[in-house]
Amino acid sequence: MSKSAYSTPGKKGKFDRHIIVVWVDNEAGVLARVVGLFSGRGYNIESLAVAEVDAKLNISRITIVTTGTPQVIDQIKLQLRKLVPVHKVADFKRKDKNVIFKEMALFKLVGNISKRKKAFNACKKYNAVILDKTNKSYVVQVTALRREIDVMSKNLKKLGLVSVSRTGAVAMTRGAEIFK
Amino acid sequence: MSKLSTGAEIVFKCLEDQNVEFIFGYPGGAVLPIYDELKNHSSIKHILVRHEQGAGHAAEGYARSSGKPGVVLVTSGPGATNVVTALTDAYMDSVPLVCISGQVPTHLIGTDAFQECDTTGITRPCTKHNWLVKDIKDLSKIIHKAFEVATTGRPGPVLVDIPKDIQFQKTKYSKPKKEKKLNGKRNNSFNQKDIDELIKLMSKANKPIFYTGGGVINSGPKASVLLRELVDATGFPITSTLQGLGSFPGDDNSFLGMLGMHGTYEANNAMHDCDLMINIGARFDDRITGKIDEFSPKSKKVHIDIDPSSINKNVKVDLPIIGDVQDVISLTLKTIKKVKPNFANSNKQKISKWWEQIQKWREKKSLDFVNSTETIKPQYAVQRLYELTKGKDTYITTEVGQHQMWAAQHYKFDKPNRWMTSGGLGTMGYGLPAAVGVQIANPKKLVIDIAGEASVLMTMQEMSTAVQYNLPIKIFILNNEYMGMVRQWQELLHDKNYSESYTAALPDFVKLAEAYGCVGIRATNPSELDDKIIEMLNTDRPVIFDCLVDKQENCFPMIPSGKPHNQMLLGPKDQEQNKITGKGKTLV
Repeated sequence: MSKSAYSTPGKKGKFDRHIIVVWVDNEAGVLARVVGLFSGRGYNIESLAVAEVDAKLNISRITIVTTGTPQVIDQIKLQLRKLVPVHKVADFKRKDKNVIFKEMALFKLVGNISKRKKAFNACKKYNAVILDKTNKSYVVQVTALRREIDVMSKNLKKLGLVSVSRTGAVAMTRGAEIFK
Repeated sequence: MSKLSTGAEIVFKCLEDQNVEFIFGYPGGAVLPIYDELKNHSSIKHILVRHEQGAGHAAEGYARSSGKPGVVLVTSGPGATNVVTALTDAYMDSVPLVCISGQVPTHLIGTDAFQECDTTGITRPCTKHNWLVKDIKDLSKIIHKAFEVATTGRPGPVLVDIPKDIQFQKTKYSKPKKEKKLNGKRNNSFNQKDIDELIKLMSKANKPIFYTGGGVINSGPKASVLLRELVDATGFPITSTLQGLGSFPGDDNSFLGMLGMHGTYEANNAMHDCDLMINIGARFDDRITGKIDEFSPKSKKVHIDIDPSSINKNVKVDLPIIGDVQDVISLTLKTIKKVKPNFANSNKQKISKWWEQIQKWREKKSLDFVNSTETIKPQYAVQRLYELTKGKDTYITTEVGQHQMWAAQHYKFDKPNRWMTSGGLGTMGYGLPAAVGVQIANPKKLVIDIAGEASVLMTMQEMSTAVQYNLPIKIFILNNEYMGMVRQWQELLHDKNYSESYTAALPDFVKLAEAYGCVGIRATNPSELDDKIIEMLNTDRPVIFDCLVDKQENCFPMIPSGKPHNQMLLGPKDQEQNKITGKGKTLV
């Protein structure tokens, strides 16, 4: 007999990566409600992006990358829908071909010009733009998938990368349809 | 131009328009403008508690026994933090509360001002929603919305935090809007197809069971009436969770008693072996399911619940029906009458074997205990209390622990809203203040808190409230000098190391009662118990009844942790028999 007043954990299901998009009233404390729900119930947040998307209706869009068993993902959606300032909740599987995921990153590269050019060239396929240039440094903006930025920020280390800033993924469905 | 009202006036106008009759509260610096306004509103009576936690539990008792939301008024800082336990309790047990708290003036928020705390931050995870009112123009709208959120869908607590300067400012009051359509948070999203599917499952089942919970009570008294009709119309056995007690008559033959960790042998075995489980307004709590992986392995499961997030949270179900219990049962009954008007009779044969099996489990008499002529057995005390109060439409509250389980096992309820206990959070100290609230809502009724001596000391100060308002509540303490449930676990699981579970310096409860200005009665042996209980019932004042009970008694039956429903630990009588016959060792 176990010495606990609680049961022992059962079998764990397979974890999937999902992108949860939440439309909320842009009011004080709303992000804390959403994030608090995740931490309070032990759900995972891999990344989070949030900003107002409709100034007139006062709506913000929160994009959360999370992992969990199908049961947990369901709970996340259902619990989010119970929050009073939440209007709607969308859930996309990371593998869903019908959805575009993008994350933006800023890289600060410091070094001689040839090293920096090499670094910039490596970034080129990710819509690289030089936002700031000095004779010692570049600030480069890229937009790419999460794992691509992971790889880039690792590879650029030897090419003078000294600082990285990332946004967390945002998502949108392809085609003319919008999520209702 | 219409008249301008202060924030404090608006608070009361809102309460009046929400038909609030009582508020439970405690004044302090940041709510003084509201307290100042109290005198101008004679339809609202304020009940002064002795601690804000007491205000919260009293409001819970009021809400659960009346079906109306409970209203709490507290000051900022410690006033608000003291009420957090009660808010969490109400959140876990789905009790509608509206808590209004004072806050330091807006210009001081964030400066660590005197009696400042981040009330909305602290109460965010223990309320359905909360608001910090930063603009007087929002105040009436927010309070009306607060009542709506607290009482619709799955009920629960909400909090409105009002800074002191907002209480002084003036604006126009706006009445509650009559909502044409309730917002999406109130969920009735089932349809006829779901009900047809349910009835299909019902007619296929050989071993069906209803497993009902607090959702039936929260759905209103009509739901309990319909539940009785549903059981009649199907002939199925029914069991109830701790919170659901009273929605179905406890002495009816179809009722298998409470299920779960300290539920009856027949209820738990029926849950384990059934082939159709119909969950009505319960939430597959871990005290109910035991080991999840082995929970009722062979059954189809139907889950009727108003809260979509309850579905598949702990247990995967085959047919979810999301809606208010009353509406779901009502449509189910209508459909049965239409398609299978004689269902109960025609189905009798089919489930007769199931009933025979249940009868065999019943013969175990799992609630039996070894009585004594020398010491009062706690179960016997509850039984006698039940027998002597049976016809009186009694309201029972409890604290948390062994006495709570004995009350649930041996006190039989036949009406909803008569049983108020802290189930989800398990808050010791709940019962006494809850009894205060119940008595406020039901002035002429008999209200008894079945208590343990350890629990009741946590909120004992509320006796003073009971005396102030002439509330003749009866505090029936099963005094075994131990934190009984802790002691029981230590005996069974921690090698009888009774670490800190004995209270060596208890007060004399009779003298304590006298000190509070109420009546103290003590019963020390079984032969005087009945007379003393009758004496208590004949006293039209608050009573503390110190019932000295067996100190070693354990609460059986029980499902040991990590075990499924069909591996219950039975009481000493059965353990004795099994030793002799060698049978049933598997039960241990």
